[in-house]
Amino acid sequence: MTAVTNAPGGTSERTLSVLVDDQPGVLNRVSSLLRRRRFNVDSLNVGASEQPGMSRMTIALRGDPAETEQAVKQLYKLLEVRKVVDLSNERLISRELALIKVSATDETRAQIREIAELFNARIADVAPRSLVVEAVGSVARVDSLLDMLRPYGIKEIARTGRVAVARGVGGEG
Amino acid sequence: MSSATIAPAASVAAATETPAKRPYLGAHALCDALIREGVDVIFGYPGGAVIPLYDVLPSYEPQLRHILVRHEQWAGHAAEGYARATGKVGVCLATSGPGATNFVTAIADAMLDSTPLVAITGQVGLPMIGKDAFQEVDIIGVTLPITKHSFQIERVEDVPRVVAEAFHLARSGRPGPVLIDLPKTTIIAPTTPSKGHTVEMPGYRPTMNGNGGQIKAAAKLIARAQKPVVMAGHGISISGAGAELRALAEKADLPVAFTLHGLGTLPDSHPNAIGFMGMHGHAHVNRAIDECDLLITVGARFDDRATGRVDMFAPNATVIHIDIDPAEIGKNIRVDVPVVGDAKRVLARLVEEVKPADRAEWRGRIESWRIAPPTPNFSADEPGISPFKVIAALRAATSGEAIFTSDVGQHQMWAAQWGSYEAPNRWISSGGAGTMGFGLPAAMGAQVGCPDTEVWAICGDGGVQMSSAELSTIATERIPVKLAIFNNGFLGMVRQWQQLFHGGNYAHTPIGAPDFVKLADAYGIPGLRAERPEEVWAVINQARAIDGPVVVEFRINPEENVYPMVAPGAANSQMIEADPAAAE
Ligand SMILES: Cc1ncc(C[n+]2csc(CCOP(=O)(O)OP(=O)(O)O)c2C)c(N)n1
Ligand SMILES: [Mg+2]
Repeated sequence: MTAVTNAPGGTSERTLSVLVDDQPGVLNRVSSLLRRRRFNVDSLNVGASEQPGMSRMTIALRGDPAETEQAVKQLYKLLEVRKVVDLSNERLISRELALIKVSATDETRAQIREIAELFNARIADVAPRSLVVEAVGSVARVDSLLDMLRPYGIKEIARTGRVAVARGVGGEG
Repeated sequence: MSSATIAPAASVAAATETPAKRPYLGAHALCDALIREGVDVIFGYPGGAVIPLYDVLPSYEPQLRHILVRHEQWAGHAAEGYARATGKVGVCLATSGPGATNFVTAIADAMLDSTPLVAITGQVGLPMIGKDAFQEVDIIGVTLPITKHSFQIERVEDVPRVVAEAFHLARSGRPGPVLIDLPKTTIIAPTTPSKGHTVEMPGYRPTMNGNGGQIKAAAKLIARAQKPVVMAGHGISISGAGAELRALAEKADLPVAFTLHGLGTLPDSHPNAIGFMGMHGHAHVNRAIDECDLLITVGARFDDRATGRVDMFAPNATVIHIDIDPAEIGKNIRVDVPVVGDAKRVLARLVEEVKPADRAEWRGRIESWRIAPPTPNFSADEPGISPFKVIAALRAATSGEAIFTSDVGQHQMWAAQWGSYEAPNRWISSGGAGTMGFGLPAAMGAQVGCPDTEVWAICGDGGVQMSSAELSTIATERIPVKLAIFNNGFLGMVRQWQQLFHGGNYAHTPIGAPDFVKLADAYGIPGLRAERPEEVWAVINQARAIDGPVVVEFRINPEENVYPMVAPGAANSQMIEADPAAAE
């Protein structure tokens, strides 16, 4: 008989899109479940969905297909969870938003602007000694932007973690 | 200081008014909703947050009986015992804070053993929540991972709906514990009587009927198998699928092995019943599973105590897994044919699909490995009281009609091995959690639920000291439970592990105990003791003749071990079959 074991550190990235009732405690229930069963979560994002009274969570986790299937089934056991879609094997659009506060001086300000432009990022705030860069992109792209900005001195980072939807298919309205 | 408390004037006024004129409150709405759900007994304990609920409880007697326990944990286990014996939802009630946290172990126990339980806790009033008020504990937060679901009722008009939903959740699908947290403000809020509430929960739809194609596939595998074994679990008794299991076993001539909670789902005396599997299962049963080419697991979750080392469990078998909980499929082992559905419905259809077969040879092979069970015969020549013989004697005395509950330890495993259960729900034990202290309160609850059935609590000298305060409840409420204490002077199961795996270092396992006969006497309960083998039958007969509760202590061989045993981490095929020392 083949054992199914929890192998923490499975590296394959998975994305679950979870439609939940917008009720108090839902986030608590979902995160408690993910922690208790030792699912390896990179990020968890909640916001309003297209359906009134329901929120959409995007859960970015790592694991093999069997673990991901367990996560889906366990999530379905929560009453507030209405629909779970494993986007891992779909063609999906995934983005995260990052706000990055970078140290800036008169000499470096222009260079930072230039880097931001390369990444299609905006400058959201300008202050005498810092800039806030607002970037939207894939997690990998935000990571590279950060690598580029790090030498200037990063004061603060706020990242949303990824949100994702499956790409539209032909004929879909 | 202006604080939101009940105006004392109102309660004084209420006390002087006629009952008919008393306002209808959340407390009434709760009791009426419980009665609508068929609740006839609540095991509980009062306190500040629920005093107004206790204020109305007496007016619902005797329809809604309240049994005052001596500690909330035992109320929880009593409700579990009641639920397991009757198949109904057990109900327990506690106040906020420490009352609620005392429920935690019982709720966890019910979660792990899929026991339908509704635990009701008082809570501080809504305006006080979050202020660290006196006896405020976030019990919803505390119990989040150990409940099937939980509710806090903020608005009194939600009481009927929430109670209906809570009971539906507790008893349907894979049963489990549901917590209802009731702020005091909800309990005392005026409301109007409800006619009841239909349950609509779009996020909760258990799959009942198994997939037809999968059931056909399962039938095909059964037809082809040379050495199939059924692994019968708790799900069979929960769904009441005993008759279907029997029909399947008979038609396809399948040997049936039992998990701890599967015992009795096919009568032990049935020729297809092979016996108890797992860490302390019978050697022939584990061997049959080791050799089987098809394992048909029904309503069981491949718990590690049942499977031993998983990758060496049933190494040659194709696996059919029938379970109502989709998350159990593929959780611990890879399954070839999963069927998600209610055991009763799935088995009924599987019986239609399977081909009649004769597997006398395979069953004969398994039977040839079976060792003779202990006989309930004692003689003065024996050095001491052999505990498994006591189990055999209790079994013989009660003709398999009694309910046995057990505590946790060696006595539990002896009772599982040799209790020969003839029907489901006659063996009630804490399996998933292995909660010491469970036996006595569970027996109390089972006895309340089944007043005409003889109920024996089989306990160790260690575990019984955890919950012996309930003897007081048993005495006060005249609950005729028979308590059998297997006194070996040790936390025996731990001592056994110390002996076998820790070089005999009996660290903190010799345990003192009171004089159990005197203890019983202190509660006004008759106490009996057997110190020698030749006394065993006399005390059993005496105990059974007593019309009411009784405590019986058996001074058993202190260092008797439970065999066979699968060492932790080992495969079920690597059993220690007898005492290594005795074999020398
Ligand atoms: C609440 C709790 N604490 C500790 C344990 C660990 N434990 C399992 S069996 C056992 C010994 C039980 O001793 P006793 O009740 O005398 O039964 P025996 O094994 O001697 O038959 C212990 C301490 C447990 N299962 N539950
Ligand atoms: Mg003991």
